[in-house]
Amino acid sequence: MAEMEIDVRGETCPVPLVECRKALKKASPGDLVIVKGTHPASKKEIPMACEAMGLEVLGIEDKKEGKEWEIKIRR
Amino acid sequence: MGEKAVIVLHSGDMDKVYSALIIGNGALAMGMEASIYFTFWGLMRLKKGGLEKGPLSKMHMLGLGKWMVKKRMDKANVASLERLMNDFKELGGKIIACEMTMEIMGIKKEELRTEWVDEWGAVGSYIHEARDANITLFI
Repeated sequence: MAEMEIDVRGETCPVPLVECRKALKKASPGDLVIVKGTHPASKKEIPMACEAMGLEVLGIEDKKEGKEWEIKIRR
Repeated sequence: MGEKAVIVLHSGDMDKVYSALIIGNGALAMGMEASIYFTFWGLMRLKKGGLEKGPLSKMHMLGLGKWMVKKRMDKANVASLERLMNDFKELGGKIIACEMTMEIMGIKKEELRTEWVDEWGAVGSYIHEARDANITLFI
């Protein structure tokens, strides 16, 4: 199983969501996609998108005293 | 077939082109299909070098307003329309260009970014796309 990390720190709407989707398209079933970002709305919208696509969110973590977040998704 | 968003982009105003491409990309990113039907002033934005050329829908002030908004958008790190269009295409978004507008405005295919256009159509193409869509918007 491969692991992919995408860094969208500093990016704003709709880039984090779009880059996450691009990575998920490239990943194979079972792969782990890790998204690192700062855009507040994307922290809840990326899990919403994953749920809509039937993908499992393994974890949502706050980093750097809540200034950054990290979302782990199983493709 | 999956869920679908179909957007008519009638306006060529910069801020409205942003709305259309952001919503289109959002739909694709959330697992839907998406298409944007470029018509009338919107079609002008498909001209070569035309994507970023639209005025601001309000407070354009001969370009001063647009310049100010652009500066603030750069500061907020907002993606360019060119990038949003490329993302839209990469995620499988469909672009339909209105043939009647081309006739009225005297625009030839070679004047447009044909690499972006998936279909040349009329109202039937829009209805065909929209009749089974979950979201349809006129911008």
